Amino acid sequence: MCSCSRRTFLTLGALTVLGLSRLPPFLLRAASAQERGGARKILIVIFQRGAVDGLSMLVPHGERSYYEARKSIAIRPPQAGNADTAVDLDGFFGFHPALAPLKPLWGARRLAVVHACGSPHPTRSHFDAQDYMESGTPGDKNPTEGWLTRVLEARPLLQADPLRAVAFTTTVPRSLQGNIDAVTVSNLADFDVKGGSPLLASGIEAQQGFEQLYELGIHDLLYEAGREAFDAMKLLKARNLQSSAPANGAEYPRGRFGDSVRQIAQLIKADVGLEVAFTECGGWDTHVRQGNERGQLATRLTEFAQALAALDRDLGDRMAEVVVLTMSEFGRTVHENGNGGTDHGHGTAMMVLGGTIRGGRMVGRWPGLAKEQLFDGRDLQVTTDFRHLFAEVAMRHFGLPSDIPLFPKFPVKADLYPGVMRKSPET
Amino acid sequence: MYGMVFFFIVSAFIVGCSNSTGRSVSLSDTHEGALERSKDEPRPEVSTSPLSEHQQILHALNRLGYGPRPGDAARVQQMGLKNWITRQLHPDTIPDEAVAPLLRGYPTIDKSTPDLLKKFPNNPPPKPVEPNMGPMQSQMAQEMPPERRPVRIVQELQAARIARAVMSERQLQEVMVDFWFNHFNVFAHKDLVKWMLPAYERDAIRPHALGHFKDLLLSTARHPAMLFYLDNWLSVGAGPAKIGQNSGLNENYAREVMELHTLGVDGGYTEEDVREVARCFTGWTIDRPREVGQYIFRLGQHDRGEKRVLGSVIPAGGGEADGLRVLDLLAHHPSTARFIATKLTRRFVQDHPSPAVIERAAQTFRETDGDIRATLEAIITSPDFTSVEAYRAKIKTPLEYVISAVRVLGGQVSVSGTASDGAFQLTRTIANLGQPLYEAQPPTGYPDMATAWVNSSALVRRMTFALALVPNRVPGVWVNLPQQLIGVDRRRSDQVLNRLLSVVLSDEVTPATENILVHMLSDPKINHAMEDDQGLVNTDAETLAALVIGSPEFQRR
Repeated sequence: MCSCSRRTFLTLGALTVLGLSRLPPFLLRAASAQERGGARKILIVIFQRGAVDGLSMLVPHGERSYYEARKSIAIRPPQAGNADTAVDLDGFFGFHPALAPLKPLWGARRLAVVHACGSPHPTRSHFDAQDYMESGTPGDKNPTEGWLTRVLEARPLLQADPLRAVAFTTTVPRSLQGNIDAVTVSNLADFDVKGGSPLLASGIEAQQGFEQLYELGIHDLLYEAGREAFDAMKLLKARNLQSSAPANGAEYPRGRFGDSVRQIAQLIKADVGLEVAFTECGGWDTHVRQGNERGQLATRLTEFAQALAALDRDLGDRMAEVVVLTMSEFGRTVHENGNGGTDHGHGTAMMVLGGTIRGGRMVGRWPGLAKEQLFDGRDLQVTTDFRHLFAEVAMRHFGLPSDIPLFPKFPVKADLYPGVMRKSPET
Repeated sequence: MYGMVFFFIVSAFIVGCSNSTGRSVSLSDTHEGALERSKDEPRPEVSTSPLSEHQQILHALNRLGYGPRPGDAARVQQMGLKNWITRQLHPDTIPDEAVAPLLRGYPTIDKSTPDLLKKFPNNPPPKPVEPNMGPMQSQMAQEMPPERRPVRIVQELQAARIARAVMSERQLQEVMVDFWFNHFNVFAHKDLVKWMLPAYERDAIRPHALGHFKDLLLSTARHPAMLFYLDNWLSVGAGPAKIGQNSGLNENYAREVMELHTLGVDGGYTEEDVREVARCFTGWTIDRPREVGQYIFRLGQHDRGEKRVLGSVIPAGGGEADGLRVLDLLAHHPSTARFIATKLTRRFVQDHPSPAVIERAAQTFRETDGDIRATLEAIITSPDFTSVEAYRAKIKTPLEYVISAVRVLGGQVSVSGTASDGAFQLTRTIANLGQPLYEAQPPTGYPDMATAWVNSSALVRRMTFALALVPNRVPGVWVNLPQQLIGVDRRRSDQVLNRLLSVVLSDEVTPATENILVHMLSDPKINHAMEDDQGLVNTDAETLAALVIGSPEFQRR
C-alpha cells in the first residue's frame, strides 16, 4: 500500500541541486487560493474520543423511558426560566444545558443534529470503534488509509500544498493516515526549529541543515514527515499568523481543545490552503459519576460548546465555506450503572455546523428507548449509519463526483443521506 | 533532603580505535557488503545473522536498552554479546549500586500509599462546575508549596524513570518496566491514582517485569491504582435474582482486562463474557481510598451467584476466588499467549512482526507458563531479531529518543529533586514530544508503532531538542562534546564529522546523510576562518552534532 507520493516528484529535482533551497511551489498555490477570495471549502472534523453520552448531550426529554432508566443522571426536561434544565429544541429533544451557547446557531439554522447515529458494527471497544469510524470500514481493519484521506485524494490538486490537511493532535489521526501528507501541529507558535542560530559567527544554519537531511529520502515515513514540516514552516512564516486574533469578540475556552479550534480558525483566516482540519477532545468515558445538569460531563460539554460557538463567531461570514462535523465512536448505555455513570453503548448523537447546513433540525429516525426498542436490550439503536452522514457532508460540501469510493465495499447512496446539507450551497 | 545534589556521570571514555584513523570505508558500505556476502556464504563465526558482529552489538544495545553510551559497544564486544544478553535477562547478576543513591532526590518513590496520602493533602478536588479554573482555585494551587502538591509524586516518579533509563546498567529491566507499565497502563491524573502510582510500579510491575505473566496480571488486578483507574472498586454485584436490572456492575475493568491485558480484542470473548467477568470481580475493591488505599475483598459487595466465563462454569459462592479463577483462565488462554507474543515482538523486532516469530514467542509463552524471561529469550535468539528487516527498523519513541541522545554523548543529568533537576527538564521534553510519562489517558497506553510517533510537529521538536542538548542549553543536563572530540583536529571539519558519525551513529549512516553533511562542511560560509583557543579555524561541532542527533538515522534504533 506504499504508493509513490507526489513528493517523490518534487524531490527528484532537488537531487540535482543539492544544497540549494528548492522552489516552494506551494506558495504559488496558496497565493492563488487567496486570489480566489478564499473560496476553498473547508471541513473541520472534531472527534469526541471516549464515547460521548448522546443521551445527555441531546436529551430526549419527551421519552418517559429516558427518565426511568436514569434515576440520578437524567437531564431534567426544559423548564422556562431554569437554566439547569434541558434547552428545548423541538418539543421532544433538548440540548444539555451546557450546550446553551449553541442554541443561537440552532436558531439561525446553521446547526443540525443527527441522533441515533453510529456504526453498524457492535464492538464496544473504544479502540476498535474509533479505528472503524476513522477508516470508514466497520469490521474491516485492513484498509490503511483514513476516510478523510480518501476525501482529499478525490480532490483535484495541482501543486504541493503543505497545509492542506492539518491535525491538531500529537500523532496523525487514523482519519488522515495514508498518502496525503497531513501535518500535525500541537501549537502553531511552536512550529519552528528553535535554537538554530549558530553558536559561532560562521556556524551552520541548523534549520537549513535539517531541511537538507530530510530532503532526499524517498518512500520513508521519516523523510516524508520531515519534508512536510519544513514546507509547512515556510508557508506559515510567509503568512503572518500572529496578527490574527479572534474576530467579532469570539472567546475560546481555555485549554488544549479550545486552543486547537482557535488555531484552526487562524489557519482558515490566513488562507494557507487548508481543506481538512482535524482535532479531538477526550474525557467522555464517563463510567463513574458523570453528573446531570452539572458535573463531570457538563464540564466537558461546556468546553465543547464554547469552542464551537467561538469558532462560528470568529469566522463570521467565512462559515459559508466551512462545515464542522462532530463524531464519537459509540454512545453509552441507556441505563445508568451502579456508579452514577454509563457503560459503553451503541448509538450516539453527531452534529453538523456550517453556512450550508439545513440546520435547526433533528435529523434521522428516532428509534425510541423502550426496552424492546434497544440494541442488545441495553443501548440506543443506530438508525443512521455514520458513513451516510460522512458521505453526505464530504460529497456535497466538496462537490465530489458521486462515484468515488469513499468507503471501500460500501457504495454510498444519496437517497440514504440523512439530509443535513443543502443540495447546492448556492441555493 | 531536596537540597542535596546528586550527579551521575555516564562513563565518558572515548570509543577507541575505530574512529581515530578516519574512515576510509564507511561502515554503511560494510553493512551492504555483509548483506551481499551472506547471500553466498553463511558466516558461522558469529551467528547465522546477516548482520556483522558490530551491528549485532549495536542492535542489542538499542533494543534491549536505551542505546549505547560511549564505550558500551566495546565493552559488550569484550565480554561477548551472548554473555551481555544473558546478564541483561538476569538483572540481579548486574551490579547497579550507583543507581540507588541517585534516586534519593525522589523520596516519594519508596513511600507507601498511606504515607503519601498523609504527606500530600488530598482534599477532593473542588467540584468541576466550570471548565476553567476559577481565580480562587488557581490561587489556592499556587499557595501550596511545590513539594507539597500531589503532582510532586508524579514528577518524582517521572524523573526516577528517566534517571534509571539513563544510568542503570540493568537496561533490559528498565525497558521491560516501561513495556509492562504501558501494557497495564493507568493514568496518573485520574483523581486518586497518583497517590497509588509509586506503589503500583514498584510493587505490582517492577518485581515481575521479567517474571511470570500470571503474577503481573494478578498484582495489577489487585492493585488499588488499577482498581481505581478502571473503576472496579465501585462495581457492586446484586443478588442473582436482580442481575441485569441496575445491578451496580461496572464493566470497565472486566472489558479491558480481556481486550487489553490478556486475550486481545479478537481473542474470542463475548459481550456476555464481559458482563460475567464483571460479576466475578465485584468486591475487589479499595479500603478507604482516601486514607488507606489498599486492596480489600468485600464479600458484601460481591455477586455470589454462579457465573459462566469463556465457557467455564464458576460455581456460586466462590467469593474472592471467582476473580482468581478468571485471571487463571485468562493467563492460560492461547489468545493471551498470542497477544502478548505479538506485543513483545512488535516492541523488540519490528512494527509488523512475522507470523513465525510471533508463534515462536507464543509457543514459549505457552510452554513455560508465561515465563517472560524465556519468551524474551526466544525472541532475541530468533532469526527475525537479527534479520536485515529488523535492523534499525524501529522508530524511537520520544522517551527512547531523548534518553538515547543523552546517553550517546555521555551525558550527565542532575537528579537533585530541586528546581534545577535535569530529569524534571527531560520529563517536560518527552511530554513535549508527545509522550508524557504516566500520563497516557486511555487504557491502551502509548502505541508502539512508527506511524504514531513520526509526524511533522514531533520531528520539529526533536530537532529543537537536539539543538538545545548539545550546547548544554537543557538546564540540569550536561553533555561533554569536547570529550567526544579528543584527538580530533577541530580545524579539520572532515575529522570532526567522522568522529561525530562514529560517536552518535556508530558509523551506521546512509550515504545520503553523509553526503549532505560533507557538502555542508565544504560551504565556505560555514567553514571560513575564525579564531578561538584551538587556533585559527574551528568547525562548528556543536551544530554539526545536533544535526547528526536530529538526523533521520538517529530517529531509528
